[in-house]
Amino acid sequence: MLTKEEILHIATLARIGVSEKDIEKYQHDLSEILDYFKKLDQVDVRGVEPIGHITGMQNTFRTDANVDFGDLGKAAILKNVPERKDEYVKVKSVL
Amino acid sequence: MSATQLAQTYFEAIEKKDGEIGAYLTLTKKLALEQAKFVDEKIARGEEIGLLEGIPGAIKDMICVEGVRATAGSKILDNYIAPYDATVIKKLKENGAVILGKANQDEFAMGSSTETSAYQITRNPVDPSRVPGGSSGGSAAAVAADEAVWSLGTDTGGSIRQPASFCGVVGLKPTYGRVSRYGAIAMASSLDQIGPFTKTVEDAAIVLSVIAGQDLKDATSAQSGDKKFEDYLTGDIAGKVIGVPKEYVENLEGEILEIFEKSVEKFKALGARIETISLPHTQYALAIYYIIMTSEVSSNLAKFDGIKFGMRADDLNDSGATESGTAKNLLETYLDTRKIGFGDEVKRRIMLGTYALSAGYYDAYYLKAQKVRALIRKDFQQAYEKVDFIYCPTCPEVAFKFGEKTSDPLQMYLSDIFTISVNLAGLPAISFPIGFCEIEEKKLPVGGQLIGEWFDEEGILNAAHTFEISEK
Repeated sequence: MLTKEEILHIATLARIGVSEKDIEKYQHDLSEILDYFKKLDQVDVRGVEPIGHITGMQNTFRTDANVDFGDLGKAAILKNVPERKDEYVKVKSVL
Repeated sequence: MSATQLAQTYFEAIEKKDGEIGAYLTLTKKLALEQAKFVDEKIARGEEIGLLEGIPGAIKDMICVEGVRATAGSKILDNYIAPYDATVIKKLKENGAVILGKANQDEFAMGSSTETSAYQITRNPVDPSRVPGGSSGGSAAAVAADEAVWSLGTDTGGSIRQPASFCGVVGLKPTYGRVSRYGAIAMASSLDQIGPFTKTVEDAAIVLSVIAGQDLKDATSAQSGDKKFEDYLTGDIAGKVIGVPKEYVENLEGEILEIFEKSVEKFKALGARIETISLPHTQYALAIYYIIMTSEVSSNLAKFDGIKFGMRADDLNDSGATESGTAKNLLETYLDTRKIGFGDEVKRRIMLGTYALSAGYYDAYYLKAQKVRALIRKDFQQAYEKVDFIYCPTCPEVAFKFGEKTSDPLQMYLSDIFTISVNLAGLPAISFPIGFCEIEEKKLPVGGQLIGEWFDEEGILNAAHTFEISEK
């Protein structure tokens, strides 16, 4: 079973706020699924190359050109920003 | 009937039925009628029109349509208006297809019943006491209830095929790379693929022809050579070899087994040869799927932070993480926004994926899973040396009732057991109706799944089409 400290550590890495009750639930749920993953211990993968991309395509390239969305496009993007100042995305102070 | 009348007929059907079914989250009436008018004008000018022109469909809320709300079934995107069209939408618009609205889904496509949507449940049109499947439950239900002629869904572990099976319609998951994912809100990028729901196999081929093709905005998309998939439907599968994986069918029982065996006999009668094959690493598929998928989910969903777009937790109303009455700092904004904005299943998967990718565990989980994934692909490669297609039921069950599986995540995950290997291997697969189970006086649909070799959509479409027309 994962400890409370471990759950809190993962939650902080994942940037998800958790309550005491959440922590207990995650301890149970995650531990159950991690136990299920133990199944993989039986598989011999010596000499097997991992795959990330399934169809084996090689690099594809496109021109690194600037696409101008225009004023309308800019407005459409900025409309979705929770907090802004003029035409800038406002970020909370980091320091 | 004009395209405008056709669109209006469908909006009337939606108005009449969708209160009960709940397939749609947003209707795009203005857009649909504009598109329909454009097609009608073309017809009036005597211009030739394409097969999909003026034909109304629904789009899973995961896929962006310019100027239309796209929630992906999540509260965190409650107020998000997509600023651009996904590539599939651009192609559909260019080909004159009419978009009726956005369909309900499990939150960020995480679920097998559409019950994790933050907005509403969707009822199975066949039996409203049952789920439509998921995660593309709204898209499947819209077609099954005749609230759309076609729809688009996304399939990461079975999210098109399983709801197609539950609702008694056709659902196609194309080969990874056949269809551009640009503009589909990402869940697990190495597994996600967009595909159609329709009433017939031929219609699925027609929609695929429009949405397929390479797109420089999705570097994993592949050349399709402007293939018209509907031209490959010969209705003849004589001499084809169909493999039935013993690992998939050995635990089948009851009516589903009977219906499946009957369908195998039917394929034989149509001239196909049936062979039993083995996919020996099948038993590991679910475990590696849940490692790879949750890892990619944790990375893809990191962008929902309450800063750039989407919802943000109220600065002063906190959840205990901040001192009451003071504005949140940056970390507190992240923590609270994601705590409030995401539902339980989404958070569970992000947590799991974060754990699997965290320092000290990467080799044991993600890297190991990618290696076993290579073995799963090898299983299929070896099978296709002997057979043309692989055939099994789409699901080990029919549509279940609401609430039946929500309390036990592993039980819900097992619903995807026959569909996930296909995503891990990146193969194309189609679910199509093969019969019904009679339960509580309702005829609940059972789906068959044909799995093709990489980029052999035309092969499985033709085999499913041949089966379908022989039923009539």
